[in-house]
Amino acid sequence: MASTLSLTLKVNGTPRTVNVHPLARLLDVLREDLRLTGTKEGCGEGECGACSILMNGRVVNSCLIPAAQAQDAVIVTIEGLADGEKLSSLQDAFLTHNAAQCGFCTPGMIISAQDLLNRCPNPDESQVREGLAGNLCRCTGYVKILDAVKVAGGAK
Amino acid sequence: MIGEPVTRKEGRAKVLGATCYTDDLSADGMLWGITVRSHMTRGILKAITFGQGIPWNEFVIVTAADIPGKNRVASIIHDQPFLVGLGEEITHAEQPVVLLAHADKILLEKARRAVSLDVEELPAILDIQSSIDLEQVIYGSNNLLKDIWIKKGDCDAVWDQAAYVIEGTYRTGAQEQMYLETNTAFAVVEGQGPDLQVTVKGSMQCPYYVHGALKQLFALPDDQVRAIAMEMGGAFGGKEDYPSLMAGHVALLAHKSRRPVKITYDREEDLVATTKRHPSRTHVKMAFDKDGKFLAIDTDYVLDGGAYATMSPVVLSRGALHAAGVYCSPNVRIHARAVATNTPPPGAFRGFGAPQSLFAIERHMDVCARTMGMDPVELRRKNFLKIGDTTATGMLIKEKVDLSGIMDKALAEIGYVEKKKAFAAHNASGDPIKKGVAFSVFMHGCGFTGSGETYYASVAGVEGLADGTVSVLAASTEMGQGKNTVFSQIVAEALNLPVDMVNVAPADTKYVPNSGPTVASRSTMVVGKLIEEAAYSLKQALIQNKFVKAGYSPEQFREGMKKAVATLGTFRAYSQYHKPPQVVWDDATYVGDAYPTFAWACDAAEISVDTVTYEVKVEDFVAVQEVGRVVNPVLAAGQIEGGVAQGIGWGLWEDTVMKNGRMANNQMTNYMIPTSADLPRLRVVFLENPHPSGPGGAKGIGELPMDGPAPALLNALENALGPLRFDEAPMTPERILARIEEVARG
Amino acid sequence: MRSYLPDFDLTTPGSLAETLDLLAKQPGVFRPFAGGTDLMVVLNAGNLPVGRFLDLSRCAELRGIQETDTVLSFGALTTFTEVRECKAVHQHFPNLVKSARLTGALAIQNRGTLGGNIANASPAADTPPSLLAYGAEVELISVRGTRRVAYDAFHRGYKQMDLAPDELLYRIHVPKPTGRTFHFYRKVGTRQAQAISKICLAAFARIADGAVAELRVGLGSVAPAPARARNAEAVILGRPLGALPIAEAQKALLVDISPIDDIRSSAHYRQVVTQNVLGQMLMELAKS
Repeated sequence: MASTLSLTLKVNGTPRTVNVHPLARLLDVLREDLRLTGTKEGCGEGECGACSILMNGRVVNSCLIPAAQAQDAVIVTIEGLADGEKLSSLQDAFLTHNAAQCGFCTPGMIISAQDLLNRCPNPDESQVREGLAGNLCRCTGYVKILDAVKVAGGAK
Repeated sequence: MIGEPVTRKEGRAKVLGATCYTDDLSADGMLWGITVRSHMTRGILKAITFGQGIPWNEFVIVTAADIPGKNRVASIIHDQPFLVGLGEEITHAEQPVVLLAHADKILLEKARRAVSLDVEELPAILDIQSSIDLEQVIYGSNNLLKDIWIKKGDCDAVWDQAAYVIEGTYRTGAQEQMYLETNTAFAVVEGQGPDLQVTVKGSMQCPYYVHGALKQLFALPDDQVRAIAMEMGGAFGGKEDYPSLMAGHVALLAHKSRRPVKITYDREEDLVATTKRHPSRTHVKMAFDKDGKFLAIDTDYVLDGGAYATMSPVVLSRGALHAAGVYCSPNVRIHARAVATNTPPPGAFRGFGAPQSLFAIERHMDVCARTMGMDPVELRRKNFLKIGDTTATGMLIKEKVDLSGIMDKALAEIGYVEKKKAFAAHNASGDPIKKGVAFSVFMHGCGFTGSGETYYASVAGVEGLADGTVSVLAASTEMGQGKNTVFSQIVAEALNLPVDMVNVAPADTKYVPNSGPTVASRSTMVVGKLIEEAAYSLKQALIQNKFVKAGYSPEQFREGMKKAVATLGTFRAYSQYHKPPQVVWDDATYVGDAYPTFAWACDAAEISVDTVTYEVKVEDFVAVQEVGRVVNPVLAAGQIEGGVAQGIGWGLWEDTVMKNGRMANNQMTNYMIPTSADLPRLRVVFLENPHPSGPGGAKGIGELPMDGPAPALLNALENALGPLRFDEAPMTPERILARIEEVARG
Repeated sequence: MRSYLPDFDLTTPGSLAETLDLLAKQPGVFRPFAGGTDLMVVLNAGNLPVGRFLDLSRCAELRGIQETDTVLSFGALTTFTEVRECKAVHQHFPNLVKSARLTGALAIQNRGTLGGNIANASPAADTPPSLLAYGAEVELISVRGTRRVAYDAFHRGYKQMDLAPDELLYRIHVPKPTGRTFHFYRKVGTRQAQAISKICLAAFARIADGAVAELRVGLGSVAPAPARARNAEAVILGRPLGALPIAEAQKALLVDISPIDDIRSSAHYRQVVTQNVLGQMLMELAKS
C-alpha cells in the first residue's frame, strides 16, 4: 500500500519539492530529504520542542506534522533566521547571554521565542515562561534564556 | 582573562543551528543500525530466530559470534558483554543481543520486531533487599559489585553515653539524565590487516574510554583505532561509559559491512536501555551530646548497581566519601555497598553518588534538630568542618573553610529568619497553601578520588600552529559547559595573549593525548592546570629558543610562533599529572586525603504546597558556592543554574517507574523534567577562596549544584507541613499525600 | 519513527463532501486525521494499527467559529489557539480558555483541534470537562445528513462514542450562559505545562435568588471517559449559596468516579484530590 506524495513547500524563502510518504514526519523531510539539520529530534512525541519550526507563521512541532499537511506550507527553520552572516536580534541575545549551553534545544527554543516576539513584542517574564513552556532545556535552568528573550524583546 | 565573562567560542554555531552533532552526520552509502534487545529480566539465550516477511539477505546482521576480539566492554571491571551469545546469560530486560543494519531506516524497526529470542527464564532479582538477602545469586558469589568501609574512631563506644541517638532511612530513585540529544554513534571501518582502521565518531564524554573499548573488541593496537568526540547535546554523565558499548555496536556493523553505519537511539530506547543515576537506600544513625555536638555518624549506604559493575565502584566511593557531609565527628563509620540486580545498569550522573548520600545526611540533620529541639542552623554551625579538623577519612582540613559564612550568606539572601516567622503565622491561618523555607549545606570533592588521578596520569598539551596561534591538546569534550572557552581563557592568560589567539583542538584520539575523561568536576581544575603548565612550558621554550623575548606583545608572539613552527616543524609542550606530595591516600583502608580539595556550598529553598492537590511550587532558590576562583562568571553561573534545575527535578518530580525490571515510563510525556513554567529565577552567588590545585586557584564546579536541592526542598516541606516522613526523592504529590495520611491514621 | 510507513496510507480528499463519500462507501476502513497531535505520537511509537487515514485539512466546512445570540459553535477543526484567540470565548466561556491554554504547550495548541480531542476519546483530554460543564452539544455529519447529540451522552465508555462508522464530528455547539454565572476549571498535572492531567475538574453554575439554579461538573482522568459528576451535582442543585453541603457532595462524588492506578498516578491520589478540588470549587461557588 505504498504511496508517495510530491511535496512542495517554501523553506526559508526557497521553494522545494521532494517525493515522500504522506505520513513522513516533516522533521524527517527537513533533516533527511532537505539536509537542513538545524532542526533536532529530542523525543518524537511533541513534548520537548527541539523540532520546533514556524509553519505558516506559527510555531509547531515538526515531528508531529505529516508531510501531506505541509503541502504548500511556508516553513521557517533555524537556518532561516539569520540574514546571511548577520545574526537575528534574538540569536545575538542568546549568544551574548550564554543562553545556549549544549545548544541542542537552542534551534527550537529560538524559533519558539521568535514566534512569541512576533505575537507579543515586549513580553514580561511570565509571558516568556509561558511562551517557552513547550521547549525543554536540560542544561540552563532557563535563567539565561529568559534574560535573552526579554532583552531581544526590548525589555531593560 | 580568568574571571572574565568571555563570550563562548562555540556559541555562534549553536544559535545558528550550525553545530554538527553526531546525528547530523551523513555519508555516501551509509547504513542505519538498530539493536535487538532481550525482553526478559534473566535467563539463558537458547536461540535467535529471524521471522518471516523481512528481506534478511539485504541486512547486515551481527551477533556475538562475529566479535573478533573480546566480547567484554573495557571498563572498571570487564564484566559486561557487547552482545549476549547463545548459551550465555541474559541479565536484564534491555540487553543487546543482535545488531542489524540497512540503508532504509524505517525498515529497521519492522526487522527488529521480527527477530525473536528464545530465552529459558531464570528467577530475577529486582530490588536492593532481595539482592542483599541473596534470594538469588546473580553476580559473583554474593551479588556485591563493591564494598567499602570508612572508619574513624569507634562509633559503638559512644551510643550508651550519647544524650541523643537518632536514626532514619532515606531512599532515592533512579534519575534519568535526559540530555536533549539521545545517544548516537557513527562508525567507518576501512582497510585490511595492519591497515585496518576502525573510526567511531560519537556523542561521548570520554574518547579514550571508547578507544580502549574498541581496541579490546577488535584486538587492535592503539594506532588502528580512533575515537572522535563530537559536540554533545548534553551528557551529564549519561555519555561517560555507555558510549563504549554503543561504539562497539556501530563499529561491528561497519566492520562486517564495510559501509559507514550510524545508530541513533530514539527517546524511548535511550530512556529504557541506557544508564541512569543509581537508586539508593541510606540508613543514618547519629549520636549527639546534650549540646548537639556530634559523637558519632554511622551510615549504611546501599546503591542498586544493576546487572553489571559499570561505574558502581567509583560512584559508591564518592557516595561513601560524602556520606558524613560537611561535619566533623570524632567517630564515623560508613559501610557502603553496591549490589547487583537484574536491571539495566546505572552509570554516571552529575554528582555520582554524592547527591544520594548528601540527601540522606542533610535531610537527617533537620530531623535531628527537630528531635533535639534545636535550631537546624545552630546544629549545623556547631558541627561544621573547619581548618585543623579531620574528615571521616582522616583528611586534615588545611585550608580556610568558612561554612558558617556560606550558610549565613544563603540564609540572608533568601530572607530565612523573616520568612520562617511569617510562614509559621501563615500556615496557622487556614489557607490551604502552606509555605516553607529551609536549606542544605554540602560539599563536592574536586577531581577523582585520591588515587584516581594518579592512576590516570593524565597528559595534556598546547601546540603552536603555522599561523602563529595556539591550539590546546586535551581529550576533554564539549557537552555544553563551554570547556573550549574556559581552556582558551586559561591558556591565553598563561601566555598573555588575547583569547581569540587560542583555540581547542577536536577531541580526537589520533591527535590529542589522554587527559582523562570529562567527568568528576575535573576539567577546569585538573586538566586546566595541566594545560596551564604546558602553556608556561611552551612560553619558556619559545623564549629560550629566542623566537620571542620576554614581555612580548601578541603580534610578536604570533610572528615568533610562525617562525618556530616553520623552523622546527612542530612546536608542542605537554604536561603530565603528578599527585601533589601533600595528598596522601590509601585505597585499601580508605584513609587519607580523599580529594585534593572540596568546593563548599549552601542551598536555600522556599516552597509552597497546595494541600488541595499536594503539588509543590518552588518559589525561590538561592545557591551559594565557594569554588576557589571563578574562571568565567557567565559560564559558571550557567552550570549552577542548570545543575540546580536538575536537582529540583530529582527532588520533586522525576520518578523512574520500574516494572518487571525496566523503566515503564520511558517517554518524555511520562518522565517529567522541569519546563520554564516550573522554576523560579534560580539565584546564584559565588564566593572565592583560591586553591593551589587549580588554574588561577579554581576548583571544580560541574557536579556541586546537584548535591543540595533535594534535601533543601524536603526540609522546606517539613517546615511547611510539619514533621512528616519526608524521606524519599522524588517527593511527589502522591507520596506527600501518603505521608499526611499515615500520620492522620495514627 | 517505529512504524513501517509503507503499510500506512494517508489520503487528502479535496472537500468535506468527498470525505463523507469515502466514509460512506467504505465504512470502518478509513480513520479521520485532524491535527495529528495524537495520531503522530502513536505512529512514531510504532503502536498505531496499520490502516488508512483521511486527512481532513481540506474540509473547509469543519473550520470556523460561528456566533449567534445564544450559541457559539466551533467547527471540529478549530484549533486550541483559535479558541484562545476568540473574543467571544473569553467573554462567555472562561473554562474553555483555560482548558485550551493548559493543553500541552503553544506548538500543540496551534495544531490540536477540538474535534480531534473529542474523537480521540482519551479520558485525560483537557477540553471535554469544560464542554461538559457548559452543556455542549456535538453535531455529527454523514452522507445521510446531520444529527445532534448532547456531549454528555456522546461518550459511552472507554474509547466508545455515539459515532457511526460513516460519521464525522462536524461542529460543537455551546450555549451561551445567561444570568449570574460561576466558572471554575482546574487541571492537576505533574508539572505546569506539557502535562497529561492526573485529574481535571470543570464546573459551571447559574445562580438565581441566591441559590444554585443550574450546575454541571465535568471530570477528566477519573473515569473511562470524560464524565459528569451527576451525584455530586444532585446534592448541590437548588441549595442556597450560604448552605452548600460540601462534605456530602464530596462523598456523593465517589459514585461518579472510578479512578485507576496508572503510570502517572494512583487511584487513591486521584480520588482524594478530585474530592478536594470539588470542595475547593464549591467553596469558591459559595463565596461568589
